[in-house]
Amino acid sequence: MYTGSITVADTPLLRYVLSRADDALVLGHRLSEWCGHAPVLEEDMALSNMALDLIGQARALYTYAAEVEGAGRDEDAYAYLRDVTSYANLLLVEQPNGDFAQTIVRQLLFSAFIDPYWRALMTSSDPTLAAIAAKAEKESAYHLRHASEWTVRLGDGTPESHERAQQALDTLWPFTGELFTVPAGDRGLIDAGVAVDPETLRAPWRATVARVVERATLTLPADGWMQRGGREGRHSEHLGHLLSDLQYLQRAFPGATW
Amino acid sequence: MSTPTTPLWEVFIRSRTGLAHKHVGSLHAADATLAVQAARDLYTRRGEGNSVWVVPSSAITASDPNDKGMMFDPADSKVYRHPTFYEVPDEVGHM
Repeated sequence: MYTGSITVADTPLLRYVLSRADDALVLGHRLSEWCGHAPVLEEDMALSNMALDLIGQARALYTYAAEVEGAGRDEDAYAYLRDVTSYANLLLVEQPNGDFAQTIVRQLLFSAFIDPYWRALMTSSDPTLAAIAAKAEKESAYHLRHASEWTVRLGDGTPESHERAQQALDTLWPFTGELFTVPAGDRGLIDAGVAVDPETLRAPWRATVARVVERATLTLPADGWMQRGGREGRHSEHLGHLLSDLQYLQRAFPGATW
Repeated sequence: MSTPTTPLWEVFIRSRTGLAHKHVGSLHAADATLAVQAARDLYTRRGEGNSVWVVPSSAITASDPNDKGMMFDPADSKVYRHPTFYEVPDEVGHM
């Protein structure tokens, strides 16, 4: 049995809310892949905790998306019944876990952006988004601290951990440019005070990352070609595999509960 | 996984302001900062506390189990040390 994909209405607010929910869900799913596999028990729990924070944020945003769309859908419909090209998450968050260093550096690059983003969104003219941001900010603040401390210890650790951390930074750097892109539909929301202009966060983001990278004795990569396309549904080859894992059960057994 | 680079730490959590920190368990971490983070992640997931202490397990000096008789048995016969011989008014609440 197979349940076809849904097509959601294409309005700026819905697109915006879904894209932020997708960021949280996809990164949360990636972190959840460490459950039972992390290098030490302590980090197994830490990564799973963060996965749950992010999936919780995704739930709140998908629930709000359902309210915005008003088509009688629930959070599960958006998570389980949209195809790859309907997902609008950043390419950064769908990148594979790689080794522990790559997971940590990905978390650092994203958290250094999303934490001030949530803080700015707390003053959104949309009260629901402001409330979601207020809750999420406390979680992302901890994610940033956790990833920062680990980046320092990996970078300033052994020759091998240093090399792996630098490799992770170099690999993921081309995905950071997309953090600051503004999809066409978002401009009106930014002007209306609903959404945050990510460009205003570029300097603080860079300062945060540079500070951690310096403490970690790593080298900040040069800005070269930056990948983009996630916000428009053009994803790397990795997201499809992630979604087949994430969506399999609800696609094969529609409405299954346990 | 215990290695020389990730020593053992003892974790103490204070569940409410005004109460004492209580020992809840232990963990492995490379240093004090990571130990506090790991303690938060391992032991406060269900809202158990609002303050965390971590102490290197190696800093703890314990009594010798062989001294149990000498150390603790003499207290058994001193029931008069328990504050159970006077009435506590209900209004006092938790003491």
